[in-house]
Amino acid sequence: MKTMKLISAAFVAGAAMLLAAGLASAAEKIVISNWDGYMPKDLAEKFKAETGIEVEIAVHATNEEIMGKVVASKGEGYDVLFVSSPFAEALDKLGIAAKLDHAKIPNLVNLYPEAAQLKHDPGNTFSIPYTWGTTGLCYRSDVVKTEPTSWNDLLKPADDLKGKTTMLSTDRWLMAAGELAMGMSVNETDQAKLDQVKAQLIETKKTLLAYDDTTFYSKLVSGEASLVQAWDGWCNYGIAEKPEIKYVIPKEGSDLWVDTMVLVEGSKNKDAAYKFLDYILKADTGKWVVENIMYKSPNKAGMEAIDKSMLEKYPNMAITPADLLKYEQLRDLGDGMKSFSKAVTEILSSK
Amino acid sequence: MLPGLLWLGILMVVPCAIILVTAFYERGIYGGVDWSVATFANFTRSAEWLYLSIFLDSARIAALAAFFALLIGYPAAYAITKSAPRHQTALLFLAMLPFWTNYLIRTYAWIVLLNPKGLVNNFLQSIGLIGTPFAILYNEFAVILGLVYNYVPFVILAIYSALQRLDPSYAEASRDLGATALTTFWRITLPLTAPGVAAGAVFVFVLSIGNFITPDLLGGGKFQMVGNLIYDQFLTARDWPFGSALSVILIAIMLLLLFVQAIAANWARGESRAHA
Repeated sequence: MKTMKLISAAFVAGAAMLLAAGLASAAEKIVISNWDGYMPKDLAEKFKAETGIEVEIAVHATNEEIMGKVVASKGEGYDVLFVSSPFAEALDKLGIAAKLDHAKIPNLVNLYPEAAQLKHDPGNTFSIPYTWGTTGLCYRSDVVKTEPTSWNDLLKPADDLKGKTTMLSTDRWLMAAGELAMGMSVNETDQAKLDQVKAQLIETKKTLLAYDDTTFYSKLVSGEASLVQAWDGWCNYGIAEKPEIKYVIPKEGSDLWVDTMVLVEGSKNKDAAYKFLDYILKADTGKWVVENIMYKSPNKAGMEAIDKSMLEKYPNMAITPADLLKYEQLRDLGDGMKSFSKAVTEILSSK
Repeated sequence: MLPGLLWLGILMVVPCAIILVTAFYERGIYGGVDWSVATFANFTRSAEWLYLSIFLDSARIAALAAFFALLIGYPAAYAITKSAPRHQTALLFLAMLPFWTNYLIRTYAWIVLLNPKGLVNNFLQSIGLIGTPFAILYNEFAVILGLVYNYVPFVILAIYSALQRLDPSYAEASRDLGATALTTFWRITLPLTAPGVAAGAVFVFVLSIGNFITPDLLGGGKFQMVGNLIYDQFLTARDWPFGSALSVILIAIMLLLLFVQAIAANWARGESRAHA
């Protein structure tokens, strides 16, 4: 019993310390969370020089990680979050994302008009797109006998490609490959349709070299793999090393993924956070993202500032925003997530 | 005593209690935990064949890893005890040396070695032994190899200490009475070091069954072990309650094993004392 008391005393003391720390930082300082390396290293420094506002940068490795941190605490301690669009949507529905006052973000004009037409948030009421792109096939044009044009070229590979393909294991994209091949929505939750996709992906698994979310492009470079499912920007990392590597969006289409910035409703420094969002929307950051992360940017001014040779070398860069918007966005599945996850587990554990 | 208890309380008991409690609730629609209704649903779901088969498969892989780790670890430990005393420390040090490197890096090293364009395949192809590359990566063989490689030092240590404690006069007496070296090993040395063997095996089993990095990297994500299943519940499905329920079950299995092993070790100690 005595131990229990001590433990609770320790908790109270810890909580008090956190509270005190919170009060002390009420000055001009904001906390943002982003993926590691997803924005220029000197951004915080430059921003401080210009505005006097200090930026503390926290990093998260995945959307799920930052969701875990903010969902329970209503975003306490954070001002701006970088998350993918389905997660921005969930943050909005949970009341953690603030409604944006566009008057405080004049640099929104730098974005393509299409950036305000995204299905998860038309008019950018709670999220601002930071990067966007497609998921398709990345392959060694010097090795494959026929250039892939369809998701089925990956799902039902030709004999010479068996054991030389990889797929993404992140649940939504894994399923999307099958859903797109069968002409379904990438947000399907109907059990019968999920079962159909599952059956195909279990068959496909037998032909895979591996599931790979992080090194698939180096497998192409080394020649371990010949055809992989890839996010466009990541295929570019392969192209940069080996020009024989090519990227294609299958004829059945792609998903449209969007990484966004969200302002936390509970932020104690909303004005400072607005200044940060506005700063990020400068052409410079958009240009940096394209040239360093090799993703497409919804920032028109940034895209126009890049070296034009990139458009030729990296074909995803040349896709127009209007074409991009033809693809369906991944949306939060809400209650459908449970049966969806189960189907994914069945695929990943199948023999 | 008290600081120790406090430490244990904060770092062990509280997190485990949180996991235990979470296991009895449902996932919120947008992730997180819906605290409104308590339920056994996560445990009944864990009992579905899909998840049960993952548990069984993990146990099988962990048992194989433990078996091979013993097969390699016992002779190694035996050789170390039989070497000159001044070499023993150095040899034990060498056995532990890989632990100085991060687990992930050691695992990636195997990818470099085993992949179809890797060192092993390139070498075998260059000397003309094989035409097409061996598929030795991204399969169950690679997963077990990775587990054995990473955990064999634990077995060596456990068995080495058991062999060290063994009074050499038992083996001498056995030889004096006419038993061959092999009989002496089977009937004297091995039974008397059984507690060390059990400790090593349980260590490898427990560490392997919860492992998720090795199946992910060396298995190419094609093998779903309990560790991966739990990882996915927390980090992709955002179903913390179900992940917690699976964790509770896994912790229970591990505790049970360690408990059985402790009892067996106790019993064996009593036995040997009775003989002495």
